[in-house]
Amino acid sequence: MSKQRNYNPDRDVSPWRGGYRPYDIAKELTVCFVVVAVLTIGLAITFGSPDDKAITIKQWSSADQVDFATTAISELDGTSGTATYGAPYNHVDGAGQKIGPIALQQWVGVHHPVDPARDFVLGPLSTTPQSPALDSALTRFQGASPSDQAAWEAAYEKAIPHAKVINGKLIVPPGPYGPVQVLMAHLTAMATTGALDTSIVQGSGFYGTDYTKSLLFIGDSGYLANQGADHHLSGDQWGMMNDTGSYPGQPWLWLYTLWYQVPPFTTSWGDNADAIVWALMMLLTLGLLLIPFIPGLRSIPRWTRVYRLIWRDHYRS
Amino acid sequence: MSIRDRSVAPTTPILEEDAAMWTAKIRRSLVSTLPPERLIPDRQPSYLSSWIYMFGALTLAALSIIVVTGVLLSLEGPTWWHLSSVGLFVNSLHLWSVELFFFFMVVHLWGKFFMAAWRGNRALTWMTGVITLLASVGAALTGYVSQTNFDSQWIATQAKDGLNSVGVGAFFNVLNFGQMLMWHIILLPLAVIAITVLHVLLVRKHGIVPPIELTEANQGGEA
Repeated sequence: MSKQRNYNPDRDVSPWRGGYRPYDIAKELTVCFVVVAVLTIGLAITFGSPDDKAITIKQWSSADQVDFATTAISELDGTSGTATYGAPYNHVDGAGQKIGPIALQQWVGVHHPVDPARDFVLGPLSTTPQSPALDSALTRFQGASPSDQAAWEAAYEKAIPHAKVINGKLIVPPGPYGPVQVLMAHLTAMATTGALDTSIVQGSGFYGTDYTKSLLFIGDSGYLANQGADHHLSGDQWGMMNDTGSYPGQPWLWLYTLWYQVPPFTTSWGDNADAIVWALMMLLTLGLLLIPFIPGLRSIPRWTRVYRLIWRDHYRS
Repeated sequence: MSIRDRSVAPTTPILEEDAAMWTAKIRRSLVSTLPPERLIPDRQPSYLSSWIYMFGALTLAALSIIVVTGVLLSLEGPTWWHLSSVGLFVNSLHLWSVELFFFFMVVHLWGKFFMAAWRGNRALTWMTGVITLLASVGAALTGYVSQTNFDSQWIATQAKDGLNSVGVGAFFNVLNFGQMLMWHIILLPLAVIAITVLHVLLVRKHGIVPPIELTEANQGGEA
């Protein structure tokens, strides 16, 4: 014998024994379609859609050789954002975000292996038509001890902020860079001709649809960050929910993006902000999904009485 | 008296010799669950008299325009719209129908929230609506990172950190254009459309939720 539950106005309904009236669903759908089609066409004609061209490595390195060389040396010496990222790109002790003791990023491991020194610098250089100077520099660098490599890289990294571009060429003050200066000069030349774009994408073969490495390399640059800030797209400018230009972008991401604007996500939780924001959003989403079963939350409509506006004709009668 | 809003399913005649047939059983079950007069009704309860009810239909209309314009973009490939004024216009139609779709859907969601539309055994209807919203956010994100322009570069490099931080990026790589395009034009549209169909069928099965009554009562008197 089943047990009869008590009536709960936040969960149950009384059977409707009132009147019915004609309601033409097919007509309603047709009218809605026409209205939305007209609105869409009007908005498309009036505002169009944004389409700023993609940044290429050629464009970046031509526009800012110093930034390119700064990024390239950080890839070679393992200090770039990608080189120190950890999973899913590479193994770096202690790298990766956590939610308390939960380190999902680390636990999942490396799925898209990226070795910045090999993939962004040494590998592409080895595919260029060999010049005696480059050949010699590559051989010397790869045959050197890690300490020698580190010393050359550190010296070059220290000098690069003082570099200048004269007549389209990157001029770095003299210093103990070993073969690194030759490597960087050839890589910059390769980049400004567009050959580096092709080399990084085509690492996987003739056909390429995976731009993970190219985007990580460009993403390490100051150039992309500056372009994003110029378009008001930085994380602290409500970031990726915006489009370039004055377009609405993805306003449905407002709550996700909101957390990146406020403490403690911007302060004490900053190192793990992404993971904590994701955890919070998953929790809120679960709450939204399960509202029908959560006492208190499911009572909000009854408490706020907005429903009396929606069904005002019914309650009036 | 029942406190749930139950439908009275009519029985469909079935020949005795066909009683064991799987096909006949499936048909009888489907028609019993959702008879034609409930699937495509021409009458609605008299309490259905607010503009807020339009937003479900407006959302469906916007979704249909998204699908049509998406199919048109697919005909010529992912970079066509950068090179052709017609392509750019179709892309603009696609973009604005998406913006309208989310606007209508969010208003629809808030409307249903304030109606407590999960009442009367309609929790699954509410949940399929929320899942449609989530799948749509994914479909939109994959669309943005498949545009093959500066926006897609920027959004992909920004979005990767959130996804990677919880391990999702290992399997759902927003930097991989090929993978994102497949998710955008096949997997997520299928998911959105399938869940939307289920959502609409559930709405039709259970009917429009009656007004909130604080006590159990026979609403509206005798019909």
